[in-house]
Amino acid sequence: MQNTEHKNPIVELRGVSSGYPENVVLSDISLTINQGAFVGLLGPSGSGKSTLLRTILGTVPIFRGEVLIDGKTINGKRPRLGYVPQLETIDWNFPVTVQEVVMMGRTMNNPLFPWYKTEEKSRALEIMERLEISSLANHHIRALSGGQQQRVFLARALISNPRILLLDEPTSGVDIRTRHEVIHLLQELNDQGVTIIMTTHEINAVALHLPWLVCLNGEIVDSGKPQDIITTETLSRTYGADMPVIQHDGMPIVVETPRPRDHQDTLDSSDAHESTHA
Amino acid sequence: MLEPFQYEFFVRGFICAALVGALCGLIGVYIVLRRMAYIGHGLSHAVFGGAVVSYVMSINFFLGASIWGFLSALLITFTTRKNKIGTDAAIGIITTASFALGVAIISRFKSFTRSFDAALFGNILGVTETDLLAIIIVVIFVGAVVFLGYKLFLFATFDPEVAQSYGVPTAWMDTLFSLILAATIVVSIQVLGVTLISAAIVIPPIVARLLVDNFKLMIILSTLLGSFCGIGGIYASYYIDVSSGASVVLFSALIFILVLGYTSVSGRLKVRRTVTSHERRRIPQDSGTFD
Repeated sequence: MQNTEHKNPIVELRGVSSGYPENVVLSDISLTINQGAFVGLLGPSGSGKSTLLRTILGTVPIFRGEVLIDGKTINGKRPRLGYVPQLETIDWNFPVTVQEVVMMGRTMNNPLFPWYKTEEKSRALEIMERLEISSLANHHIRALSGGQQQRVFLARALISNPRILLLDEPTSGVDIRTRHEVIHLLQELNDQGVTIIMTTHEINAVALHLPWLVCLNGEIVDSGKPQDIITTETLSRTYGADMPVIQHDGMPIVVETPRPRDHQDTLDSSDAHESTHA
Repeated sequence: MLEPFQYEFFVRGFICAALVGALCGLIGVYIVLRRMAYIGHGLSHAVFGGAVVSYVMSINFFLGASIWGFLSALLITFTTRKNKIGTDAAIGIITTASFALGVAIISRFKSFTRSFDAALFGNILGVTETDLLAIIIVVIFVGAVVFLGYKLFLFATFDPEVAQSYGVPTAWMDTLFSLILAATIVVSIQVLGVTLISAAIVIPPIVARLLVDNFKLMIILSTLLGSFCGIGGIYASYYIDVSSGASVVLFSALIFILVLGYTSVSGRLKVRRTVTSHERRRIPQDSGTFD
């Protein structure tokens, strides 16, 4: 499965199986993401979206295959990537200010020196101004709105000038306006050359507006441009439920009222899948 | 008021309590923020087993108990990583077994000349020059580790998974933390006692957290509060004639209650002021007349 929009591969997974010691989440994943791509990972809960990000980050065990960043295997060393975790995983009572969180992105630049250099602080201010959170630098992270909180963690990821940005559900739990702001911001970063890989479970609101999608369900079900792969059949194989797709102004829209397939439907669907690939 | 200071043992105990309190307050910040309060309680019990074994085997107490505590902490980490056992359960098994070993040895060998009551509840009278020296060494060591590893510990405590993805050696940080925690507990035993150390570790950072929202300030405040509680507790113990450990913990608990009361009242007043100010800014609207 390859994103053909751009030429130079920046992330390559070759026959990767990964997950946790008692739960192999991803099986035989082969995926190439080119420099400057903007890729959305789509799939139901437990399909391996977050695990795929963690596999690229090198924080989960890889049982088989290899992951290459810029053509080099990540085995034994961590690639320098920007990573924005799910906000649900953050301890909002932890006593840290916005600036302290942003500066964490520079921790490994001078790890045994307890202060940050002036140029590092200037860089943090620059990033925070760009993301319109500089006035909140000394605020506690709990005191911010959902969109502002997302920007804080985005700023932490951007402060080390990553060429690849990984985001886990960046639009989860935010209102429509904030969702638009986040996607717009990511598109701006992508236009400036940052390769973006993000997970989402919002098909109509987010996934359909991304340039490239990968549908996951433990393995790669399909990948391509949204208008090419968002079909009833692909979604059925991805989610294990019937999700009708209708067309509106040339764009697919998913009717998100999934009905679990019965056994016969499953057989029909797999027959259809085989004939498509035959 | 200065009467206790005419005794050399009190002056020595006073200095030890100030240093041990600061040490526990400093370490306690990471314990509380990692939600590991139970490990301080458990490790202090494990160290008791190590102390008894060291005594029986004629090994230096500080060395033997520190190694025992460190190994117990590593065993807890290893058990929770490799098996389907929660941290609290692993702490419960390993540290209680270690404590039981200490009790069993004491019961078996009746010829003990050393008082283990002091180890359990703390005794300022038993603080020696060697204890003071050991405390100073550990304070310097822990202070240096926390100072130099400030950024690493902050990131690893706040967001361990992301810290790991950024190259922070989180597994090594956990090991190093286990070592400084074990060393802190070992040198605190004589002043605070095995059964009371955990409160001295937990209360100062909780009080500091109630007062500040900033990590750096919380560390400074918790360290100072720990030292203050150590001093206050030891001073009170002279007059009320109770074990130093109990006195320090009761003094700390009193501070906690006062600060909790203050923050609750000030929080409510702040909300009331905000609501009043908001209501004053609102433009009065005519609700209209309904006939």
